[in-house]
Amino acid sequence: MSLARIKHIVLVLSGKGGVGKSSVTTQLALSLSLSGHSVGVLDIDLTGPSMPRMLNIENAKVTQAPGGWLPVQVHAASPDKGVGELRCMSLGFLLRARGDAVVWRGPKKTAMIRQFLSDVLWGEMDYLLIDTPPGTSDEHISLAETLLKEARPGQVAGAVVVTTPQAVATADVRKELNFCAKTSIAVLGVVENMAGFVCPNCAECTDIFGKGGGQVMANDFNVQFLGRVPIDPQFVMLIETGRQPEYPQGTVINGQDFSKALQNVSSSPTGEVTKEASLLAEKYRGCSLEPVFRKITQDIVTAVG
Amino acid sequence: MAPSLEEPEPVQDVIDNPLKARPQLVAPEPEHCPGPESETAGKADSCAGCPNQAICASAPKGPDPDLPLITARLAGVQHKILVLSGKGGVGKSTFTSLLAHAFATDEERTVGIMDADICGPSIPKMMGVEDETIHISNSGWSPVWVADNLGVMSIQFMLPNRDDAIIWRGPKKNGLIKKFLKEVEWGEMDFLLVDTPPGTSDEHLSVNSLLKESGIDGAIMVTTPQEVSLLDVRKEIDFCRKAGIKVLGLVENMSGFVCPNCTHESQIFKATTGGGAALAKEMGIRFLGEVPLDPRIGMACDYGESFFDHYPESPACKALKRVVKGLAAEIGEKVLLND
Repeated sequence: MSLARIKHIVLVLSGKGGVGKSSVTTQLALSLSLSGHSVGVLDIDLTGPSMPRMLNIENAKVTQAPGGWLPVQVHAASPDKGVGELRCMSLGFLLRARGDAVVWRGPKKTAMIRQFLSDVLWGEMDYLLIDTPPGTSDEHISLAETLLKEARPGQVAGAVVVTTPQAVATADVRKELNFCAKTSIAVLGVVENMAGFVCPNCAECTDIFGKGGGQVMANDFNVQFLGRVPIDPQFVMLIETGRQPEYPQGTVINGQDFSKALQNVSSSPTGEVTKEASLLAEKYRGCSLEPVFRKITQDIVTAVG
Repeated sequence: MAPSLEEPEPVQDVIDNPLKARPQLVAPEPEHCPGPESETAGKADSCAGCPNQAICASAPKGPDPDLPLITARLAGVQHKILVLSGKGGVGKSTFTSLLAHAFATDEERTVGIMDADICGPSIPKMMGVEDETIHISNSGWSPVWVADNLGVMSIQFMLPNRDDAIIWRGPKKNGLIKKFLKEVEWGEMDFLLVDTPPGTSDEHLSVNSLLKESGIDGAIMVTTPQEVSLLDVRKEIDFCRKAGIKVLGLVENMSGFVCPNCTHESQIFKATTGGGAALAKEMGIRFLGEVPLDPRIGMACDYGESFFDHYPESPACKALKRVVKGLAAEIGEKVLLND
């Protein structure tokens, strides 16, 4: 069983699409890896896989080894820097062309998910993060069923549930929390994503998608509220182009000066945009969302025990 | 050999097959089930040893007997438009509800919305009818009427509790979509808008195959500007091509945000690869326009109000009107909206 040597399995779920499941998965993975854990990311969104693009490994291919498939390595472990290995598996790696539609009905999706859970050679890993499509249907039922059968007791740590603040989103995410209750998946906590946007010109914060919806929902369902993640266009740019996040002078978040952090980390004096995947974690250190996720990650690690 | 899906996928089979009656099964479908409704039901390699094999093999072949019933039910509907996107949360439901409000400003016209998103229905909340239930009479299910000329059907109306999860596999979702088309009294209608979940799976295949006979005008694609979203929308356009659904146009939503304090415009979801306009050009489809991010659209949706009625002067409203007019022109219709 390919999951045998994984310590903790964490699901990233949301009833609503486009709230940032994949971007939260990416940041949890980077954050866990930066704190020294080895991390695997399994993308079971079969008709809209985003992880290859998020982790900047779109052109990678999966290789076959005796006994299963080898996941794609995002970066290797570097013990001297305290960084753990990061690897990823997604249907995106198996497609002929990136624009090809995967038109599959339920049973075929179920088969693929079972195969992803049984045939990928993860080896020894501290965390496996599973990124899911929106909803509570075939993919989720198959995932829950398979994990129930195959995982060791206590191996599935639980789910991180992602939402955005507005009522239209939390209405769907409430359904997902009920799904977790019905399938006995513990909820590690709720992340409220896209909570506010700080204008880069005047520093005025606008709650584009409202405010506080995630926290209210977490209270209603009596689950931990892991935190609020603002919109940072610099993070979007990091994912989209690989550009090192840049902040205006005097950007201080939690006592950390990000405008200065930039000068220290920037290794490309020409300002050239490098799109090398191995640097993603390093560049992420200079992103304003890094301290936010460092805290969320710590809370999750504590909750997992 | 490295695993891959480089072999051409039998997509055409999947799209063409589900036009038969579904036999009564005695066991769940196995993993590689060709589909109990398909031509190869009971005959495929994976059928060997399946308890359903004999049932599937002997089930009456031929088109689904429900298709003529659906076609008869929808005979009075002039235009059927799908709202699609490979990506979630880009504004499919928001756009569907805005489009419905726009068409319904003409009191002579009747508009219907069918919410095919079974696991995450948003339309009832956006239309402000979340707590309604469906009335069933001899002639069928009546849609929930938001206004005299604007009716809605969604699974949300059938749930005992608002937050209940709908934990259904594909066939059950397909069954409900069929009921929405076969049982609901859509009546004489000018527009039927079908809001869909993200992806290219059961719901999309069912809507396509069930509506094929009565005719679909086409699909409108919704995207946001960044490549992570365009990537999935490209797949959806590929699906439409393969399924023979005409793409009426592409809308780019959440393009830029104007700070209410200093009016500085930020590209939150920056179009690093050219955004919707470039994708439309690349795929040879019509680009209907960009709609800026306006927090008041989201608020109007949360409260179930019409954004058009409440904020007619906002730039987002003007952009939306242009998009709606472009779409109406594409299907040979006019829409009553003041500039």
